[in-house]
Amino acid sequence: MTISRRKFLKTASAAGLSVATGPAMSHGFDLPGRISPGPQALKAKRWAMVVDMKKCDSQCTENCIGVCHEIHNVPFIKTAEHQVMWLFQEPYENTFPERAHELISNRLKNRKFFLLCNHCNDPPCVRACPTQATFKRKKDGIVMIDYHRCIGCRFCMAACPYGSRSFNFRDPRPYIRKIHPEFPTRRKGVVEKCNFCQERLEVGQMPACVETCEKGAMVFGDLGDPSSEIRRILAEKHHARRKPELGTRPSVFYIF
Amino acid sequence: MQGKGWVITGMILFAALAAFPFYWYAVGPTEPFPELEKPQKAKNCVESITFMRANHMRLLDTWRVAVVRDHMLIYTAASGQTFEMNLHKTCLGCHTSTAKFCDRCHAYNDVTPPCWDCHVATNAPGKKGESQ
Repeated sequence: MTISRRKFLKTASAAGLSVATGPAMSHGFDLPGRISPGPQALKAKRWAMVVDMKKCDSQCTENCIGVCHEIHNVPFIKTAEHQVMWLFQEPYENTFPERAHELISNRLKNRKFFLLCNHCNDPPCVRACPTQATFKRKKDGIVMIDYHRCIGCRFCMAACPYGSRSFNFRDPRPYIRKIHPEFPTRRKGVVEKCNFCQERLEVGQMPACVETCEKGAMVFGDLGDPSSEIRRILAEKHHARRKPELGTRPSVFYIF
Repeated sequence: MQGKGWVITGMILFAALAAFPFYWYAVGPTEPFPELEKPQKAKNCVESITFMRANHMRLLDTWRVAVVRDHMLIYTAASGQTFEMNLHKTCLGCHTSTAKFCDRCHAYNDVTPPCWDCHVATNAPGKKGESQ
């Protein structure tokens, strides 16, 4: 049998290439055990929150922000540009800029709105993220960040129309008042934001802000379930989402 | 050939230098393997010791993806025992000192996984690289 030089080289290089790339291509790893969800995990088609600004007051909100930031190891940095916020407060004209005008009622003018990540149905941050570090969970619509994967490009921050994201310009650890070891801190160079207390839902608890709120101003529930309390409230009361004209369809609703 | 002596000496010297690392690797002094602190409260790890020694990083990587991206929480080991896929509660629940277990072996093997940049090492809360 004869083989042309050309054919030999073709076959040999193809074989060499497959040997060289084979191990790199098959990075699948099978664990000997099985993986399953938590037995007490709270489930929903799409988690959502209603904030009743008639009940919510700014002083009380400081308290619930404090609890959230404490359990999630959010650093407390005074320099405004370096601040990291999961929950925060802004006046009406920053919350609903398209509705604000010079003659709004005093009740709205003089108060601050409770803000957090909107966990949009069509999140622009997810589209912007080049590494898929930010993603929307298929099962319950929570927009999450995989901090292991975040490269700190901040495209998501530019994409988010609500300013819900913060960047760690510094190592956050020295600015955390009391570290809660059960929740990881972040590191310098990653973006962070509210995660709808995903780690608490996984073990059957409601988000910390909802649990902390003494006035019952926040209702958390399943938007995909027509019989849920949140759907009942939305059906009964006049409410608004932030910047609806952008088509992001937030999961956070305001009554005011 | 001119300068034959120099050329041959140079070649020998070069060969000796190039071969030195191999020689040193084989017969040179070695750092003794560090003593790792064994957990007091548990008799077995998540999987067998040999498996964990070889694959703990792959196991943790799979856990990470399962927890963060697929909202899973429970790992049922080959033995049937169940564990929460949680670095802090499960791993550090037994290996109480990261410095005396993880870090010693990682230092010996000259690997620096960035786990403690974010996850809180149990014996050194809040201070990276200052565990003792």
